[in-house]
Amino acid sequence: MSDEKKEQEKSGQTEWPLWEVFVQPKFGAPHEHAGSVHAPDAEMALQNGRDVYSRRGEAISLWVVPAVSITATTLEDKGPFFDPANDKVYLHPSFYKVPRGVRNL
Amino acid sequence: MDKKTQTALFEYLLRLGDDHLVLGHRLSEWCGHAPILEEDLALANISLDLIGQAEALLQLAGEVEGENRSEDDLAYFRDEYEFRNLHMVEQPRGDFAQTIARQFLFDAMAWHLYDQLQTSTYQPLAAIATKVFKETTYHLRHSRAWIHRLGDGTAESHERLQNAINEYWTFTGELFFTNEVDQILMEQGIAPDLKQIQDKWRTMTTAELEKGTLVVPEDGYMASGARLGRHSEHLGHMLAEMQILARSHPGATW
Repeated sequence: MSDEKKEQEKSGQTEWPLWEVFVQPKFGAPHEHAGSVHAPDAEMALQNGRDVYSRRGEAISLWVVPAVSITATTLEDKGPFFDPANDKVYLHPSFYKVPRGVRNL
Repeated sequence: MDKKTQTALFEYLLRLGDDHLVLGHRLSEWCGHAPILEEDLALANISLDLIGQAEALLQLAGEVEGENRSEDDLAYFRDEYEFRNLHMVEQPRGDFAQTIARQFLFDAMAWHLYDQLQTSTYQPLAAIATKVFKETTYHLRHSRAWIHRLGDGTAESHERLQNAINEYWTFTGELFFTNEVDQILMEQGIAPDLKQIQDKWRTMTTAELEKGTLVVPEDGYMASGARLGRHSEHLGHMLAEMQILARSHPGATW
């Protein structure tokens, strides 16, 4: 048994780490966040992600990322991070005429 | 197909189909009881795969027999002594370590067997084998990961899994039982040689158990007779539960 595991056992830690699961629905599409699973290691996280989020054929590829590796903004960041964009209309690409027949712009 | 081959093939398909049906039912008993939600879903998925495989195999068995019996007739209206599944798969589900030990030892055999059956000269069986092989590849990946994880886990998980492996080892001799049924089918390239599969199985199980820091048990007493319909007391109880609905309401649909 590895030292890390002995340490874990001694500390009485019984909850498995949380992993965030990202699902790619088809080639070329981005991996999108589907939810999270608990798992003891990356292989098990992939398998759990497969069973929970892709068992009805929703995916062609899965990513799992340890939730602790994700750095996120906090609720307090919301104002300073995101509000300034609201009163700067020039940031929005709404001053162009879209040629007829162009879709997905 | 001559009469001798037909009889042998029916018997052979019952072995395959019954293994998957009974193991699928045993795994389904975990639904709502697994250690964690994710594993509950995983075991239920594998159970459904196995029952789907049993459906295909027993349907083919019924066609080969030519007595107008459907897969449901074979699953629900045969008695214990007519089942051809292994002792291994009919054992009660036990604890999680026992479930994983059984699943791994079975998956490792099934993976090699269905790999070979993909090239069976009997085309309908080869077609089923292609689907089964793909699904079994995932099942093996799942059970193998747990062998490593529980074997090389805590002191308790290691001890429980080692005990389960020792217990289930006595059922592994039967995985490679052969008689004239296999002989007849092997001669025509319908079924593979289980002796060769046994060697590959042993190499794989030894490597994976050792990776999980587990000891490969010595070959000692081995259970036998289930392929000939001589089962443990557990199968009857299981069938009673599995068959009661179909037998109480024959032909019921929903």
